[in-house]
Amino acid sequence: MKREDFKDNEYIDQLVEELNATGANVVVGKLDELLNWSISNSLWPLCFGTSCCAIEFMCLGAARYDMARFGFEVARNSPRQADYIMVQGTIVHRMAPVMRRLYEQLAEPKYIIACGGCAVSGGPFKKSYCVVKGVDEILPVDVYVPGCPPRPEAMFYGLMQLQRKIKVQKFFGGVNRKEKIADFFANHPEMEGQM
Amino acid sequence: MVNIQEKISKICPSATFEEGQHLLVTVPDKDWYQLAKALKEDADLNFDVLSALVGMDWKDSLGCLYYLTSTKNDWQMLTVKVATEDRQNPMLHSVSDLWKVALFQEREVYDFYGIKFINHPDMRRFFLRNDWVGHPLRKDYDANPELNPIRLTDEADEDKTCSYVEENGKIKKVEGRVFGEDEYVVNFGPQHPSTHGVMRFRTAIDGEVIKKVDVVSGYIHRGIEKLCEDLTYPQTLHFTDRMDYMSAHMNRHCLCMCIEKAMGLEIPRRAQVIRVMMDELMRISSHLLSFGCMTMDLGATTAFFYGFREREQVLDIFDKTCGARMSMNYNVIGGVVADLHPDFVKDVKALCAIMPKRLEEYHKLFTGNIIGQNRTKGVGVLSKEDAINYAITGPSGRASGFACDCRKRHPYAIYNELNFNEVVMTEGDSFARYLLRLKEIEESVKILEQLVDRIPEGEIRAQVPKIIKLPAGRWYQQVEASRGVFGVFIESDGNKNPYRVHFQSPCFNLVGVMDVCCKDHLIADLITIGAALDFVIPDIDR
Repeated sequence: MKREDFKDNEYIDQLVEELNATGANVVVGKLDELLNWSISNSLWPLCFGTSCCAIEFMCLGAARYDMARFGFEVARNSPRQADYIMVQGTIVHRMAPVMRRLYEQLAEPKYIIACGGCAVSGGPFKKSYCVVKGVDEILPVDVYVPGCPPRPEAMFYGLMQLQRKIKVQKFFGGVNRKEKIADFFANHPEMEGQM
Repeated sequence: MVNIQEKISKICPSATFEEGQHLLVTVPDKDWYQLAKALKEDADLNFDVLSALVGMDWKDSLGCLYYLTSTKNDWQMLTVKVATEDRQNPMLHSVSDLWKVALFQEREVYDFYGIKFINHPDMRRFFLRNDWVGHPLRKDYDANPELNPIRLTDEADEDKTCSYVEENGKIKKVEGRVFGEDEYVVNFGPQHPSTHGVMRFRTAIDGEVIKKVDVVSGYIHRGIEKLCEDLTYPQTLHFTDRMDYMSAHMNRHCLCMCIEKAMGLEIPRRAQVIRVMMDELMRISSHLLSFGCMTMDLGATTAFFYGFREREQVLDIFDKTCGARMSMNYNVIGGVVADLHPDFVKDVKALCAIMPKRLEEYHKLFTGNIIGQNRTKGVGVLSKEDAINYAITGPSGRASGFACDCRKRHPYAIYNELNFNEVVMTEGDSFARYLLRLKEIEESVKILEQLVDRIPEGEIRAQVPKIIKLPAGRWYQQVEASRGVFGVFIESDGNKNPYRVHFQSPCFNLVGVMDVCCKDHLIADLITIGAALDFVIPDIDR
């Protein structure tokens, strides 16, 4: 997809600006570029789904939508081998500690996509007594994909946004990613205390 | 009905009767167990299926409604009401030794209402965490989020259980353990790719042989029933699409029918036909997904792609008419929300034309495969008696010889005019369940072929008032969803929102036989059995 085909470019632009402002030397910059290129084209998801969105994700894996075109096809069963979790479906109170543990088990660099209304905000179950109102209450989220469930095309859009985000990351000479997780705990002190 | 009434008053003189959709019998708790035993075992009554168990809070009392079905007496239904006025420490007698399905159902009621069941062997919570404060479906539940914050710590005391035993008229609490002291327990899930969602099984194994399966559910319990109580009737509809998302049309059809029945609403013929066609399309798509997932779980990844190829074709039909591939939100009270897409007839015909050939392809791919057969034949056998006792319906029940198709037993919509066979097999193993689903696709295609050229012209929706209020009373409606009989219970107090809604999901019962089916099989067979029973987790947890 071309740049103008994406709807929200401001966020990526802002990341690029930050990256430019801090500066990097040629060698480190090139290494970063190589690393980002390889990570973003071989993103392995964790087989994780609690409800309807997971079925649409299966369609993504089947022949018609074929996520292998983008390098997402190696769905892993263990979080230790996966790069990102696409949270598909509602996260409820009983699931929250499990979700959290899965996140801890992912190897760095790790990403979270909140897929579908439930993962974004609690969706139609927002008023329920035991639903987590958006997975971002317990985890730092990178990309939000709204929909109930999102169409496979929307999921691809979200995944490609994640690819773009990864492409402006910095690993060598200062990591711009870990800070975000630290920020998350700073904003949610009650969560850190519980771990 | 008179006959039953006389019979019951003879067994239990304290029973009172109330006419309604089904005969309602109210009995005091002290006589309940004795009556239940008679209802099940008496040759004339013979209510052998506990179709639904609904916990209730009537404000002045807590209790349960039992919906019983007699397979021998023309699938007649009976409702029994048992209540207790003690709100601090409510107790009722358990019937879990008569109808095994009550083992889990009563745990659900305990979880939601805090009613303890005397003589139930394992009185633990079912959906909510062990440390949850309060019982959420009670009308006086304190929903303060500070009482139940999001806890990120693991649950404690997972192995402890308790039961309440009656001894010489006194009730004693007996502590117990789920597993024995020296049993070796292996944990499956909740995050496991082959549990089809977030389901957790704790299995006690001896070498590779499973001795006991403990089901831990609730990892996707969203409290739909409680949410419904605060919504108006049209607003409650969308939840049904998100419970068993593979039976979205049927579930919603059921809820709509239940409300329409209560309103006394007549549905236009065109809407009826469209609803039935959508139900059957949904059934095809669901069985195709089960085929794909089951074969993939057994290691045949190619078959998964074949199943999904045809499923996409069904989803395209939904997409064009309903505007969504999943969670269609198509049925509404009084009919359907939008008229058919101009391509609908053409698309359905194309699907019907290719399906027989595709099914042949599936049989070639997997059915004859010797590895597949070895892994499924004789694995997870469920006898007919167990199927009835655990109220296993749908393809899994019919594979055990339990002819339970709701479309035949309690015909709804226009099913009584249609010509199709109820596929019943007797083996009761995973292979029979698998084969039965493929045969049911053929039957669904047959139904579609009968209807596709005969969609009548006319209205797609009956006129409904802007604000829908149901008269006070209670209704129960069943449909045949992809995985079995799906029931909706509504109790109304005359307001515009329901007093209580209960969804009796088929998958809830299916997961109840995991222990029975898996016993003495290898641990690898747990995946096969789970895949062949084909439960959808959000349908269990609701």
